Amino acid sequence: MIRFDHVTKQLGGRNVLDDLSFEVKKGEIFAIVGPSGTGKSVTLKHMVRLLTPTSGEVWVGDVEMSAVNGGELARARERFGYLFQGGALLGWMTVEENIALPLRERTRLTEAEIEERVMQALSAVGLERDGGKYPSEISGGMQKRAGLARAIIREPEIVLYDEPTSGLDPVTARTIDQLVRRLNEELGITSVVVTHDLQGALLIADRIAMLTGGRFVEVSPPKTFVATDQPDVRSFLDAQFISKKGLEGF
Amino acid sequence: MITREPVYTDAPATAWGGLWRMVLLGLADVGRLGVLTMQALAGMPLMLLSRRQRREWVRQMYQMGIKSLPVISVVGMFTGMILGLQVGLELRRFNQEIYIGSAVMVSLLREMGPFMTALILAACVGSSMAAQIGTMTVNDEVAALEIMSIDPVRFLMTPRMAAMVVMTPILSFYTCILGVIGGGIVGLTQLNVAWDQYITTAMDFARMRDLYVGLFKALIFGIVITGVSCYEGFTTRQGAVGVGQATRRSVITSFLLVLILGYIVTRMFYDL
Repeated sequence: MIRFDHVTKQLGGRNVLDDLSFEVKKGEIFAIVGPSGTGKSVTLKHMVRLLTPTSGEVWVGDVEMSAVNGGELARARERFGYLFQGGALLGWMTVEENIALPLRERTRLTEAEIEERVMQALSAVGLERDGGKYPSEISGGMQKRAGLARAIIREPEIVLYDEPTSGLDPVTARTIDQLVRRLNEELGITSVVVTHDLQGALLIADRIAMLTGGRFVEVSPPKTFVATDQPDVRSFLDAQFISKKGLEGF
Repeated sequence: MITREPVYTDAPATAWGGLWRMVLLGLADVGRLGVLTMQALAGMPLMLLSRRQRREWVRQMYQMGIKSLPVISVVGMFTGMILGLQVGLELRRFNQEIYIGSAVMVSLLREMGPFMTALILAACVGSSMAAQIGTMTVNDEVAALEIMSIDPVRFLMTPRMAAMVVMTPILSFYTCILGVIGGGIVGLTQLNVAWDQYITTAMDFARMRDLYVGLFKALIFGIVITGVSCYEGFTTRQGAVGVGQATRRSVITSFLLVLILGYIVTRMFYDL
């Protein structure tokens, strides 16, 4: 579904991504974890061509994202939903208007159909009563959930999550995790989750990749991931008090 | 793609190398600014077809025009009063003070009306555009629009450009009217020039060409201010500090371009 082919990205004279190759399969939840500043968000931005590789290719299905432009890029991006770290809601629009925006701008649905879809999305993220509020009137967690509702409103094939649970309390973080899992199971959405929250990644991901020094040092299913002896992964797991038995204690 | 990656270049080895790099980066900026401005202008016919976009256009005209009226009124009136006083005092030395109406009218229509309006709009409206779009850029809202396949130029810049294209000439004309009234008040109260005499000389010397050139200048200034401000907004980097820098740059660049283009347009229409 998504393929990175020897992708290198230089920023400020430094290889943030260094000859990175991997593939995300259709319908799977692929989590990318790793310390801050290792290029997790940069990897995500390459998938929707917010960044272009210095060398290498990024493919989504049969479209080379690293090469398309103009109308073709716009069409390719319609396959994606993207949840930004801060939600990236437009401040002068209400939550409802934000969620309806992609439908109003890019589809020919009637207002009644749009309203129905928006209500469904709001209820999916538990914001039924907050649709009329402005982003500045709701909490960070609610903004993220509203951002998620906007990301999925057009029922995209792929949803990219940039730190979906950072800055949230543990209960809300798990709610978001469950939502990601539910979307994946019910709609068959392919998901790529960039996160520091290893517990969340272990709960929802089909595969977890650890990014260090611009490369993946480990890509494996959760059970294998927690049992690995790879030193970078081990220290990352230890820092979050996760033993080789994984999340059994939770 | 409106969301541009930061450009990293090696430090130049010599001072000339640094200067040359500055020139090249400056030219690249001018090119991108030109393309962005043309894209926003080209999007206007499509904007008129969309009800939501038309509503946004009207909202922007209200924000830019009606909300700027108080400051424009004060500036217009006092510009006319200062012009009237300075010119009137000189004319009085030759007992020709009855002609201050013509001097005030011609200088306002040709130059001071559009110029003062542009400076106010650059400071009030342009800075706010740069700050708003800059904040949206650093908060990933512009990137979010791109990922939703919504063109940020069409969505954010075109309604602002259309609003400025309409409002700048109107506000410039309004400034001229208030300036003429201000000049008349000075003539009446300090130079003993009767109101109808003042208006008669003002109307006698005013030519339609002066009005058209002034309005054309205002139109050009409106386009330039919107182009510069939105460009600075879209290219904002580094959070709140970056937004502050973008706002400052938008005002300075707009001021300079208004001055330079003001001279060029005057030179085009008035031969020595």
